[in-house]
Amino acid sequence: MDKKLIYLDNNATTPCDPRVVEAMLPYFYQHPGNASSRNHPFGWAAEEAVDYAREQIANLISADPKEIIFTSGATEADNLAIKGVFEMYSRKGNHIITAKTEHKAVLDACQKIEKMGGEVTYLDVDSEGLINLDELEAAITDKTILVSIMWANNETGTIQPMKEIGVICEKHGVLFMSDATQVVGKIPVNPKEVGVHLMAFTGHKMYGPKGVGALFVNRKNPRVKVTSQMDGGGHERGMRSGTLNVPGIVGFGKAAEIAGQEMAQDAERLSKLRDKLQAGLCAALEECYVNGSEENRMPHVTNVSFKHVEGEGLMMTFNQNIAVSSGSACTSASLEPSYVLIALGLGDDLAHSSIRFSLGRFTTDEEIDYTIDALTKGVNHMRDLSPIWEMYKEGVDIDSIEWSAH
Amino acid sequence: MAYSEKLLEHFKHPKNVGTLDKSKKSVGTGLVGAPECGDVMRLQIEVDDETGMIKDAKFKTFGCGSAIASSSLATEWLKGKSVDEALAIDNMAIVEELALPPVKIHCSVLAEDAIKGAIKDYREKNGIVAPAEETGSSH
Repeated sequence: MDKKLIYLDNNATTPCDPRVVEAMLPYFYQHPGNASSRNHPFGWAAEEAVDYAREQIANLISADPKEIIFTSGATEADNLAIKGVFEMYSRKGNHIITAKTEHKAVLDACQKIEKMGGEVTYLDVDSEGLINLDELEAAITDKTILVSIMWANNETGTIQPMKEIGVICEKHGVLFMSDATQVVGKIPVNPKEVGVHLMAFTGHKMYGPKGVGALFVNRKNPRVKVTSQMDGGGHERGMRSGTLNVPGIVGFGKAAEIAGQEMAQDAERLSKLRDKLQAGLCAALEECYVNGSEENRMPHVTNVSFKHVEGEGLMMTFNQNIAVSSGSACTSASLEPSYVLIALGLGDDLAHSSIRFSLGRFTTDEEIDYTIDALTKGVNHMRDLSPIWEMYKEGVDIDSIEWSAH
Repeated sequence: MAYSEKLLEHFKHPKNVGTLDKSKKSVGTGLVGAPECGDVMRLQIEVDDETGMIKDAKFKTFGCGSAIASSSLATEWLKGKSVDEALAIDNMAIVEELALPPVKIHCSVLAEDAIKGAIKDYREKNGIVAPAEETGSSH
């Protein structure tokens, strides 16, 4: 077991399922065509493969295949949705509402919108990471064109009240966009059912390949359009030019098909393993705090702070064989801890002490046992070294100390 | 980021972890950094009254691997040095010894500050006036 690598960073990226790789292989050499080549069998084969994948992906989210616009990934899809709506609906208004815990792809696109003369409201979240629906409704003005709220957060797994947000957007005639990168292929997602008009997601978070994602764009009631951000051959109904990544799209489609068949059982199994991991750590170690909502949460994620232990240092005790992610970045470039955890109201110290565990399809029970053991040893090692832990144990009020911030 | 063998060794098996009795006149304590910055370093020295040499040094650090390794190395270097020699320890020597990557240089700065802080505390306790050029930290 010692030599084996344990991967608990599935929110960063998932391994490609071997069945996905197998489906992709013929499209590198045997079927090399460009899906836009309409006049020979190579092109026809590629187009057919893309059409089939588009259907597989549409099926997974109960959408029409014509509503799937392929992109290079979720970041591009987020950018296309936000900037594309801002341009397309500029006559209607210039105001966008989003939340402070969104992914950088959304937040940075919104900052660009502000530079382009738009206005953006960044909603706060509560201690569980959820937005306040009254605050959302109060923020809507006659200039509001888009509400962009992620389906589930990448760091904590907290799931937003999508249906309720959809109702508010519907009531005010505002488009609703969601970054659903962390949910599609993991739990049932039906944008139409909750009133989502634009939805970004990607292959490599659902056991598909990297470099391919999609934007769902609602076609009927209302018919939504976005201004293309990439000019060229007018691919993807004019919304995203560029030769289609045929092998990637085929893999993405296969991943969607497998997810449709297996995500229910994956979710059930992983939530048990996740609960075991979380309970095991909290039983073995004092002063553990679970970050984000435990009630509205993705089944495979837990984010835990180990008080008075710095996350990056802690990771070094086990990162030779366990891969996780920390909300602490100890570099001179960014001493800032995770902005998502700060938005939840965590102190900087707890945010620096956080570790995100994200399980996946290939996570085993033995790996969870090993991880509980390794983490417990690691946290104890770091606490033996920690002057703040010693002070805490002696009953010193840490907040009363005048620290020399450097 | 790949770390040097020396850094990993100091991280996994840190030297001189612990606490000296700060109420003793012969012990100087330096506490630098802040929890919200992600690193806090406490470095202590015990000076031999008769020889003026540092006979013991201990540390505890909350922080990343580089911060822990820097403080562990600093305590190793302090032992057996006079206070004046200890003051001459430069953060760049720590950077070199541990092959710290550029983004971790601040960890070595913290260690140097902790050494200076411990010496300042020791001198204040014992009514030793520091030479003027040594009072300010350049960081």
